[in-house]
Amino acid sequence: MKATCWMGPQKMQVREVPDPQILNKRDAIVKITSTAICGSDLHLYNGFLPMMEPGDIMGHEFMGEVVEVGSGVNNLKVGDRVVVPFPIACGNCNACQAGAYSICENSNPNAYVAEKLLGHAASGIFGYSHLTGGFAGGQAEFARVPYADVGPLKVPEGLTDEQVLFLSDILPTGYMGAEMCGIKPGDTVAVWGCGPVGQFAIASAYLLGAERVIAIDRFKYRLDMAREKAGAITINYEEVDSVPDVLKDLTAGRGPDHCIDAVGVEGHSHGVLYAHDRMKQVLRMQPDRPIALREAIFSCASGGTVSVIGVYAGLIDKFPMNAVMNRSLTIKTGQCHVHRYMKPLLERIQKGEIDPTFIITHRMPLDQAAEGYRIFNDKLEHCEKVVLKA
Amino acid sequence: MGTSIEATANATSGNGGTAPLGSALAERARPRAAAAARYQRIANEDRGTGGESLADFLGVFSIGLGLAQFLVPEAMSKICGIRDAEGNKGVMRALGAREISHGVAILSRQQPEKALWSRVAGDALDLALLGKTIANPENNRGRALFATANVLAVTALDVMAARTLSQQPRTIANEGADKGIIRTKRSLTINKSPEECYAFWHNFENLPRFMRHLESVSVTGERRSHWKAKAPAGATVEWDAETTEDRPNELIAWRSTEDAEVFNAGTVRFERAPGGRGTEVRIELEYKPPLGKLGSKVAMLFREEPGQQVMDDLRHFKQVMETGEILFSDATKQRGMHPAQPDDKPVQL
Ligand SMILES: NC(=O)c1ccc[n+]([C@@H]2O[C@H](COP(=O)([O-])OP(=O)(O)OC[C@H]3O[C@@H](n4cnc5c(N)ncnc54)[C@H](O)[C@@H]3O)[C@@H](O)[C@H]2O)c1
Ligand SMILES: [Zn+2]
Ligand SMILES: [Zn+2]
Repeated sequence: MKATCWMGPQKMQVREVPDPQILNKRDAIVKITSTAICGSDLHLYNGFLPMMEPGDIMGHEFMGEVVEVGSGVNNLKVGDRVVVPFPIACGNCNACQAGAYSICENSNPNAYVAEKLLGHAASGIFGYSHLTGGFAGGQAEFARVPYADVGPLKVPEGLTDEQVLFLSDILPTGYMGAEMCGIKPGDTVAVWGCGPVGQFAIASAYLLGAERVIAIDRFKYRLDMAREKAGAITINYEEVDSVPDVLKDLTAGRGPDHCIDAVGVEGHSHGVLYAHDRMKQVLRMQPDRPIALREAIFSCASGGTVSVIGVYAGLIDKFPMNAVMNRSLTIKTGQCHVHRYMKPLLERIQKGEIDPTFIITHRMPLDQAAEGYRIFNDKLEHCEKVVLKA
Repeated sequence: MGTSIEATANATSGNGGTAPLGSALAERARPRAAAAARYQRIANEDRGTGGESLADFLGVFSIGLGLAQFLVPEAMSKICGIRDAEGNKGVMRALGAREISHGVAILSRQQPEKALWSRVAGDALDLALLGKTIANPENNRGRALFATANVLAVTALDVMAARTLSQQPRTIANEGADKGIIRTKRSLTINKSPEECYAFWHNFENLPRFMRHLESVSVTGERRSHWKAKAPAGATVEWDAETTEDRPNELIAWRSTEDAEVFNAGTVRFERAPGGRGTEVRIELEYKPPLGKLGSKVAMLFREEPGQQVMDDLRHFKQVMETGEILFSDATKQRGMHPAQPDDKPVQL
């Protein structure tokens, strides 16, 4: 089959590789119809996440048709159309049973390495380095899906791929980002980053009853989308002296009640602190540039919530713990527990409460995945989200 | 308020004292004495692994930094404020190679304290070179000063970790080391009842399902079993074992028989985890590799760090109990390094 392989930083290649096989009884093989490139893939693309090997198949947002099931899968049959959640989760461990699927205790076969870096291991993830298990990803013609009796969601008739594809990751992720805030009537929410995750965080904050959502980015076309499609008030951080000051003004001194970081390790900014972060990143002394996170903490109203859905890869410097502690902030974070949100969000899509297709700007054949990565990474051609058709 | 403290002072505290655990609390709020004593015992015996985790971190850091120096020496020189980046490429590369070898040594646990002290020596070298850089007016002082500050910070960490590791407390894991006995213990919580975990383990023939180095175990008598383990190069090691203690749903202990070539003994305990979390499984292993060839084969079985092997086995036990089988990824299905990509050989389930 054809698959998008990581061959080194900024080197993606669609290559001919062996077809996947059933490796465990609870596996299914899915013939992929649509798959997408995620901001998380960019962290791998740019070499910020450790433990990649040349030849690793990328991709964790995918859907398609079941073509084979293992002997332990009773709820799916050949021909079913499914969306696959990006965390791999067993459904049996204490974490899964508490609904915390992305910290499944059984799904990372390289748990012992992850433990060294994180203290405890988190779940396995498709196409997301050997640190999360070394699973082949879904930017390919076929994928093997472990624990297929737990993860994949059957798609009801009458919905297109594009309407449901994002249930695999970014719609639930944006939603979880907003849900973690515990929004109450009258609340103002600020969202850093107007990538696909940020857009869905904005939309979800409104679905969950926010009074106002303020979005921050520097790309005009992304801010336009946030305003026109998701309903945010927008700030271009390149055009203001201080984002926290503007946020203070917009909330008459209170600060946003909740702040969502939808940027993660590759935060961008200007000035000395940025140069410092960037240099330490190059030196491998600090893998992350926690610019948006620092700003979110600094801006958040006292007693408020900082919800972190942007991905972080390692240690960060100059973390304003004094602000968190003295101002009673709550930090909530996590890889999305996608399984938990798929059904309820599918219902919202069916009822017309949200149309997730608004973020798609690029549709390309799988063959052109490398080009898709370049366009999405460099934010060319007003790119917001690339969907690959296999 | 209500309950008097003295009234409940009794012998349940387990440490010979008279005051109950949590004597400042009303009786209702106090921990259950027996359970608390059990955990206190673990806390007293278990010293953890000393500075190991800081050492791990430095290992990873070393490799990362080393790779950067090795692969992009010019860029690294520039970052450190060195003008003649081209001419300094060789030095940078050498420094990088040194960092990598330190990192690998620390992570692979071959005498980590030695590797760490050699890191400290390496840091001193870095500092000396950076000193020269600052002194040379050709170079960018701001950058070099900045790099120096970072190296200094890392040096402090290195010294700290090396110190901790050199005076690592005696733990159950290294207790018998001078007598050639290797001991290790690990624990994990499994979302099944103690009864279920005990029953599965009690049938020793199940052990090879989650202990990857075992080829087979056959039950040969009421308390006897015959074990066959895989050794490198296709060889096998065999021994007989007897069950020395068997408390239903609680504990199983076994040891190799007198005439076995390989002394080894193990205990596994099953205790109900709090709040419906299943079972706390604790395993202790002890073995003494005999001298000679066979010994080194056995040592290989348990890899460099016996604790790692035991932890892997426990994790697999958990997977088998909770999910029915051990999960593979495309990369881990294969031995050695393999990309996250399907293999072309048909897979045997
Ligand atoms: N928690 C999860 O489960 C989960 C799931 C999916 C994605 N993610 C993460 O979410 C993040 C965003 O993903 P995406 O697909 O939207 O990526 P993206 O790259 O399309 O979007 C990131 C956006 O952040 C903006 N940005 C950079 N620095 C900023 C700053 N200082 N202030 C404000 N905006 C800034 C960029 O301009 C860009 O528009 C990534 O870190 C990704 O890994 C997390
Ligand atoms: Zn993603
Ligand atoms: Zn699980």
